Amino acid sequence: MIDIHALSVALDSTHSPRSMIVMFFIILGCFFLTVGTLGLLRLPDVYNRLHATSKSTTLGAASIFFSGFLHYGFQGMGLTSLVGVLFLFLTAPTGSHMISRAAQKMGVEFFGDVTWPTHSDSQTHSNEDAISDETDV
Amino acid sequence: MAELFSFNLLLTSALILISIRTLFCGYRAFIGPTIPDRVIGIDAIGTNITAIAILLAILTPFDYFVLVGLVLAIIGFISTIAAANYISESEVIQ
Repeated sequence: MIDIHALSVALDSTHSPRSMIVMFFIILGCFFLTVGTLGLLRLPDVYNRLHATSKSTTLGAASIFFSGFLHYGFQGMGLTSLVGVLFLFLTAPTGSHMISRAAQKMGVEFFGDVTWPTHSDSQTHSNEDAISDETDV
Repeated sequence: MAELFSFNLLLTSALILISIRTLFCGYRAFIGPTIPDRVIGIDAIGTNITAIAILLAILTPFDYFVLVGLVLAIIGFISTIAAANYISESEVIQ
């Protein structure tokens, strides 16, 4: 059993401005991760859950990465943290888009009476025509 | 009051909170009604574990946990893409 407080880095001035900014970004990241997990648990639909997690969880993890960059500065692991921020902002929208496209191809239905949006030139069609238009695109 | 708001206490409580949230994401990954729900839950677990690795790197003198977090993010992205391809095209690599 490792005593984690004995190993912890002695930030001797806890209330220096840099550590205050690091604390702020950690609290911001925890807030966004909490909101994302709450949405993942409580929202009624696959698409709604994807909406909740893909934005707020990405933002929370990116702000925790950014707090790592602020903690280490422009050297070594700080630059790796910046690479992590860039990577998260590039890949998380791609992954959630792939999952939502797979859910549409599987035929997962919306919650309630929500349908897929109609095309701009087929506004006069009924909802069933819009669904059959959407599925073969 | 200064002891109440220390850096290590904030980091430890953030670690405990993120661990509890990862357990709740596991609830969605276990009993998600459809398969994309499970994939979303596993993706959220991967992102939370990335955040846990960064917080461990800040809390302890082991700097290389940042690299662990980066590699976990990469593996989570690849697994998400593979699962989405497997759902929609029923093969991972075509």
